[in-house]
Amino acid sequence: MREFRYERAADPASAVALLAAEPEGAFLGGGTNLVDLMKLGVATPDVLVDVRRLTSAEVAELPDGGLRIGAAVPNADLAADRRVRERFPVLSQALLAGASGQLRNRATTGGNLLQRTRCSYFTDVTRPCNKRSPGSGCGALQGVHRNHAVLGQTLEGPATCVATHPSDMAVALAALDAVIRVLGPDGEREVPMAELHRLPGDDATRDTTLRHGELVTAIDLPPLGMPSRYRKVRDRASFAFALVSIAAAVRVADGVVDDVRLAFGGVAHKPWRATTAEDALRGRPATEESFAAAADAELAAATPLRDNAFKVPLARNLVVRTLLQLTEGAR
Amino acid sequence: MDTQITLRVDGADHPLTVDTRTTLLDALRERLRITSPKKGCDHGQCGACTVLLDGRRVNSCLVLAVTVDDAEVITSDGLAAGGEHPLHRAFLDNDAFQCGYCTPGQVCSAAGVLAEARAGWPSTVTDDLTADEVDLTDDEIRDRMSGNLCRCAAYAHIVLAVAAVAEAEGVRR
Repeated sequence: MREFRYERAADPASAVALLAAEPEGAFLGGGTNLVDLMKLGVATPDVLVDVRRLTSAEVAELPDGGLRIGAAVPNADLAADRRVRERFPVLSQALLAGASGQLRNRATTGGNLLQRTRCSYFTDVTRPCNKRSPGSGCGALQGVHRNHAVLGQTLEGPATCVATHPSDMAVALAALDAVIRVLGPDGEREVPMAELHRLPGDDATRDTTLRHGELVTAIDLPPLGMPSRYRKVRDRASFAFALVSIAAAVRVADGVVDDVRLAFGGVAHKPWRATTAEDALRGRPATEESFAAAADAELAAATPLRDNAFKVPLARNLVVRTLLQLTEGAR
Repeated sequence: MDTQITLRVDGADHPLTVDTRTTLLDALRERLRITSPKKGCDHGQCGACTVLLDGRRVNSCLVLAVTVDDAEVITSDGLAAGGEHPLHRAFLDNDAFQCGYCTPGQVCSAAGVLAEARAGWPSTVTDDLTADEVDLTDDEIRDRMSGNLCRCAAYAHIVLAVAAVAEAEGVRR
């Protein structure tokens, strides 16, 4: 591991100022991903600015009936929060589906958003990876990629990348239209969840649109007012990353889909908000046929790799099953 | 880069100088010779290093020692400080290990599971997310203990051991 200086700051603004002056430094939250990446030699910061207890560790009510989640709230506490369990069950379920009890106790909400892909080429410095070492190639493209992306990859050129974003929580936040509150050297700004994570495009090294020195301080959840649910398919029943997961919320009136939110995990470089499927569903009858047609419309853009084409029908079936469950009794 | 810290472990203060790169696990084992937490994977995947940090179970291999110099660390050894801990007795009574390497981590994790259940925290297998009380069924125990691997595969008896204590503590019907 590279040597680093460890810094604590008095408040978020000081932490931001500290890091802005350190081009190779990094914020340290719970460390459950960063410390691991440092051991692996994948992350090599020369300064760590500890922000684990700098931002709020509280979940607060917003005037519109939404919630403001402090970036320092541990994943375990957020999952167990009574208001989240009652009003945003999709978020609680997503958190509980992720990692282990030990990791959820230490990992923070802000850090969860910013965790890196678990692509085995990214985490092994002896292998080619355009995300870790631009231009070195993508080992996964022709290699072991059963659990890689089927949507929005970059399939040629020096930014070739087929990695997925690993977070379950972020998939729920994408469906919930969460707003990420960020403090940077130039002050505060709000980033809609849909604009936080990015596809590899022509630069696979960047997972998010945040700039160096910007600190996630809180996540705002607007009120939902629909039943919601998170479902995750994985190779074992617990403590495994998603093959495909879905965050869904739907409201049905007179047998017709009034409003719907759908986001996929495990299929792309970012949480994949399925807006094509949502558009295809609004105003349509809440039937198995329309759910399947909407999923097919979304997944028509899929470009599966040699060994992960199974994710496409899996995602489709997950949409249909989850929407059927959520609308049971309202159809 | 050396930093002065004080680690409070199982009730005793230990001032020491550590390189900032030192994990809590390495500080405990290599510097303080507190070897009850074990190093398995060193990547947060096996749970052998589990300790209670301010009462909550965490993977000590992923915690930098410099970040916890004001925290209370309890190891499996420390749980037994006031005499025999019910989890230690239950692991013995139920033959919940073979080689024993993962056991201190299993025990600390189980202590965390019981505390989380008493606090009413749900899990991914909890049917009613809004229920006030947790019933630590076998499925609940299996999910909540899934961050602790046992290469001897003593899982069936680990579930029995945790269930026995859960029942005695009123978090299993």
